[in-house]
Amino acid sequence: MLARRIIPCLDVRDGRVVKGVRFRDHVDMGDIVELATRYAREGADELVFYDITASPQERAVEPEWVSRVARAIDIPFAVAGGIRSVDDARARLFAGADKISVNTPALRDPDLIDRLAREFGSQCVVSGIDSRVIEGEWRIHQNTGDPDKTEISHRRTLDWIGEVTERGAGEVVLNCMDQDGVREGYDVDQLAAARAICPVPLIASGGAGAIEHFEAVFRIANVDGALAASVFHKQIIEIGALKAALKDQGVEVRL
Amino acid sequence: MTIAILDYGMGNLTSVKNALAHVGARVAITADPAIVRAASGVVLPGVGAFGEGMAHLKSLGLDTLLRDEIAPSGRPLLGICLGMQLLLDESEEHGRHDGLGIIPGRVRRLAPPAQTPPLRVPHMGWNHVEATGADTLFKGLNQNEAFYFVHSYVAVPDDPAAVAGWTEHGERFASALCSQTGPARVWATQFHPEKSHRAGLALLENWLEEVRSC
Repeated sequence: MLARRIIPCLDVRDGRVVKGVRFRDHVDMGDIVELATRYAREGADELVFYDITASPQERAVEPEWVSRVARAIDIPFAVAGGIRSVDDARARLFAGADKISVNTPALRDPDLIDRLAREFGSQCVVSGIDSRVIEGEWRIHQNTGDPDKTEISHRRTLDWIGEVTERGAGEVVLNCMDQDGVREGYDVDQLAAARAICPVPLIASGGAGAIEHFEAVFRIANVDGALAASVFHKQIIEIGALKAALKDQGVEVRL
Repeated sequence: MTIAILDYGMGNLTSVKNALAHVGARVAITADPAIVRAASGVVLPGVGAFGEGMAHLKSLGLDTLLRDEIAPSGRPLLGICLGMQLLLDESEEHGRHDGLGIIPGRVRRLAPPAQTPPLRVPHMGWNHVEATGADTLFKGLNQNEAFYFVHSYVAVPDDPAAVAGWTEHGERFASALCSQTGPARVWATQFHPEKSHRAGLALLENWLEEVRSC
């Protein structure tokens, strides 16, 4: 059986890994390659790198550190941050990334997803979505790397998931912003609603603080993977111990 | 001892190169027939569509090189992902296409039965491979080790004895092959050993052992 994935997420700013709380107040967490190597060794199934300053600064992630990461690890990884053209994506994929994740640029230019899927195949194209409750419904946010530039879009989250998967996104990472960095658990309700309509792999993001949170999001929301950052960076949860506990609970994982 | 990784324009080959170098191989990424002929072992990697893959091999003259020289010479050959599928006789991906015909059999779409929640194609992520023990590729590994997969089509070899590993995704399919018909010595994996951490490196190391023992 296909294993559920545990995915450490590394927010990158100026070539270093950083972490904020609800997208603010970032502190330094260490060197990209050092952390990536550690997570691969501890049993991470995949890594995601977000260049959090790329979109607000109107530039794409740097292929240079992408190839440094590719040389250092032997598990799949995705990169995100300001990728707004087929050429941007190609440079990152050829530098060694397995997938590229698009968020803000796809909201401005939804056809970007079609073009990427046509060129590289759906399996390479991840749709990253930042979502929170606004006036009683889940809505999309964009430019979330910089709080001063963050905007609320008119789009409803569930509509957007339908649209991106129709256009060819092969995976959806749903980041529930109200939970981000506060370690009180994933937004299981929102993720379960997304799961019901999402025909491709769905990755939960935002809110992991304890092993039970992972167990709940796999069991109740039936997601394919769970992404987390601060619990791994701060060594609150060790990936090997997390996977052993999930296995005990009957969740299929790669040990 | 040099391993030639065939560069025919189907995806990023750096990970394959890094992984083989990590387990001690000298590696050349190449489309030059002279370098391929001189290599101790040949790796055919690749991601993408079958028809396009064959067209690229043909345009570089690598199809005849593999079929008429490398395989009959008994030089160890390893196909990975699309590279595995290209070794068979034919595929039904986007119409019918001829393959290299080095391993008898065909390629068809993965077809898991309807169920709730539905199983997704492409089959993407870490899944287990049940080693048949027919081959040394999985030597020293657990009988049910996990490897990283990304694919929508599967190989169906004519000879079930050629299957070195099985994987379950709704249906059971051959995720590793080992074909030693006549002088040819051919291995293939549907999964990506170069992305499969320790288990993948161990498998590549086992294959290098085979190359060395030639």
